[in-house]
Amino acid sequence: MSNEATLHGHPEVQTVHEVHHDEHGVHHHKETFITKYVFSQDHKMISKQFLITGMIWAIIGGLMSVLFRLQLGYPDAHFQFLEDILGSKWAKGGQIQPEFYYALVTMHGTILVFFVLTGGLSGTFANFLIPLQIGARDMASPFLNMLSYWFFLGASVVMLSSLFIATGPASGGWTSYPPLSALGDASEGSKTGMDLWIISMAMFVISSLLGGLNYISTVLNMRTKGMSMTRMPLTIWALLFTAVLGVLSFPVLLSGFILLLFDRHAGTSFYLSDIFLTETNKALPNEGGSAILYQHLFWFLGHPEVYIIILPAMGLVSEVMSVNARKPIFGYMAMVGSLFAIAILAFLVWAHHMFVTGLNPFLGSIFVLLTLLIAVPSAIKVFNWLTTLWRGNIRFTPAMLFAIGFVSTFISGGLTGIFLGNSTLDIQLHDTMFVIAHFHIVMGVSGILGMFAGIYHWFPKMYGRYMNNTLSYIHFWVTLVGAYLIFWPMHYEGLAGMPRRYFDYSQWLSFNQFGGLNRFISTVAMITFAVQLLFVFNFFYSIFKGRRVMTRNPWGATTLEWTAPIRPGHGNWPGDIPEVHRWPYDYAKDGRDFIPQTEPLGPNESAH
Amino acid sequence: MDIVNEQRKKIHPHKFTLWVGLGSIIMMFAGLTSAYVVKRDQPGWTSFFIPRAFWYSTAVILTSSLTIQMALKAFKDREMLRYRNLMSTTAVLGIVFVLLQWVGFRSIWDSGITFHGSGGGQFLYIIAGLHAAHVMGGIIPLVVMVGKAYGSRVRSYNSTPVEIMSTYWHFVDLLWLYLFVFFMMIK
Repeated sequence: MSNEATLHGHPEVQTVHEVHHDEHGVHHHKETFITKYVFSQDHKMISKQFLITGMIWAIIGGLMSVLFRLQLGYPDAHFQFLEDILGSKWAKGGQIQPEFYYALVTMHGTILVFFVLTGGLSGTFANFLIPLQIGARDMASPFLNMLSYWFFLGASVVMLSSLFIATGPASGGWTSYPPLSALGDASEGSKTGMDLWIISMAMFVISSLLGGLNYISTVLNMRTKGMSMTRMPLTIWALLFTAVLGVLSFPVLLSGFILLLFDRHAGTSFYLSDIFLTETNKALPNEGGSAILYQHLFWFLGHPEVYIIILPAMGLVSEVMSVNARKPIFGYMAMVGSLFAIAILAFLVWAHHMFVTGLNPFLGSIFVLLTLLIAVPSAIKVFNWLTTLWRGNIRFTPAMLFAIGFVSTFISGGLTGIFLGNSTLDIQLHDTMFVIAHFHIVMGVSGILGMFAGIYHWFPKMYGRYMNNTLSYIHFWVTLVGAYLIFWPMHYEGLAGMPRRYFDYSQWLSFNQFGGLNRFISTVAMITFAVQLLFVFNFFYSIFKGRRVMTRNPWGATTLEWTAPIRPGHGNWPGDIPEVHRWPYDYAKDGRDFIPQTEPLGPNESAH
Repeated sequence: MDIVNEQRKKIHPHKFTLWVGLGSIIMMFAGLTSAYVVKRDQPGWTSFFIPRAFWYSTAVILTSSLTIQMALKAFKDREMLRYRNLMSTTAVLGIVFVLLQWVGFRSIWDSGITFHGSGGGQFLYIIAGLHAAHVMGGIIPLVVMVGKAYGSRVRSYNSTPVEIMSTYWHFVDLLWLYLFVFFMMIK
């Protein structure tokens, strides 16, 4: 401490000060409502801001899926209430209009992928867990961290506002492929809605970068004494790799967007060539552009993006599973190694989204190989989770159920990835409901189940209260069963060749047979969505009225966050930061249920 | 007092954050120059010329790298007057660089290469323009630091902000050198 003392003033005085005040349960610096809840630089508050913003987005994005499922399940029905709510432009005669349908699927994808499962998931848990689990007072730069949230909120406001403009939000799919997205005349959604979409996404990229920079430098530089890299909980490893992926891939997406903006407004033709627009009955002057170029730039982010979603969920699940199986995680180093392998491969497989774009088949075969290689680290992780459960003393807390549910959906969704990774099978399967089923189960549902596991597990640490268990169990079972009932049948539809993104399948004889199945899926989707509202109620009710947490370590976990006070102030630990002496998975060791990381090694122990 | 400073640490976390941030800027330009290379092999590519102003601007930004390095040394030696002057020089050179880039763009534009098309010229406007934006992003904190050096009564001898500034400045300098060579070699 003495070196820092001379460099940075008087930390000793500060420490004494803190300890003194903690006896009265007061923070050591003065906080107003504004600095505590609004422009907060405390990582815990920023994490809650991300979480609640993400939850609002999840409700909006989920509601959109209910609306378009209504169309898919009941294409001929007239729901008068839709016109009453949405107006006659979007829901004329109580029927969702095609333009609106495309806007809905586009926004649903954008919101869930970026705003919920990237901002909401990484933003929440990286902010909350990194300082608490590595033993740091806050992030490397609390100010940049605060900016990260405000850029996220700014992006959210812009994206939300695009829903209310006359021409409607972007409607060219969440990937925003040109030429559709580059030509305002091509569709309603490619007008102002598309501009707002790009502006919002640019702000989102900045938010992710600011957050990611902070996460990386905090993990690598600010660990407490004794917290070597191999003593970090797997959550931290996962969040670290997630941040690295984001920092390296989001800027490339931004480059793609910049070129797109110039194509839209400055008359360049990076993505445009030889186009005749029927809407305006004109041939466009643009020549020499390549729409495929955008796809390369987009998917160079787009593929790492799916790992940006799933890696934090993997980390959360590993931690929750070990705690609640009362067993060390099986194969800690293999878990870290497989995270690393996934992070590397993430950058080498983007073209598997482009097998049918006219990609050179030889190049395609290389991408097939690299894609299928991902099965190896993924399988390592799955086996390690299963062997962690094996003969564990399992406590079926809501968090644990969601963690086990995650493993289930990750397996069943991952297996269909092996189908889709083959460029030959992709000729039949691309752009069908099979793809929808695959990525929703393996990334969407798994990601959200992992997020739920994290929320249920760390809720007591976040708010000092417990969530209601009965509601949690109802939430889990309906969500898991519902998710399978929604997405499993889509595999059959996809194998039969039913394309994605279509407005009304009843026009085709070959897809008529799925009318009943579509109604079934839509009904389950509505029930599953309703149960998510139960979770939202449980969450907010428990913040204020939940059962109080009375002990510091309610789950009997080894990691550092449970050594902090029940409601930690800014700075996390009164007095000194705890020192770490062992790895985070000493469960069921030497006849003891668990040994906290802060406990020094016994005489007969060797260092881990 | 800043909570962060209590931490035990090796490299200053803000410096480390900067390095990671530079990595992400590199990825953005890597994305753009890769797009450039891919696009160049496709039919309809149009070329451009390197205007003379770019040679001058290269000389200017190289000089500014030198002056900021000298400023850092002056700061560490606590020669505040010298530091102040050198930092001001760097800021002025930065502004001159951006102006010269603008002159360069104008001369390419006047030769008939506008935004219409999808060749090297259009890429050059965007890539070099983005680079200039990053230089401008550096000029702002530079000006703030110059202002502080003139105005502030409180003397701070913590060299970390100056080091971070100079690292970033060297980075945009090297980035321009890379882009300049890139545009000359691959037209």
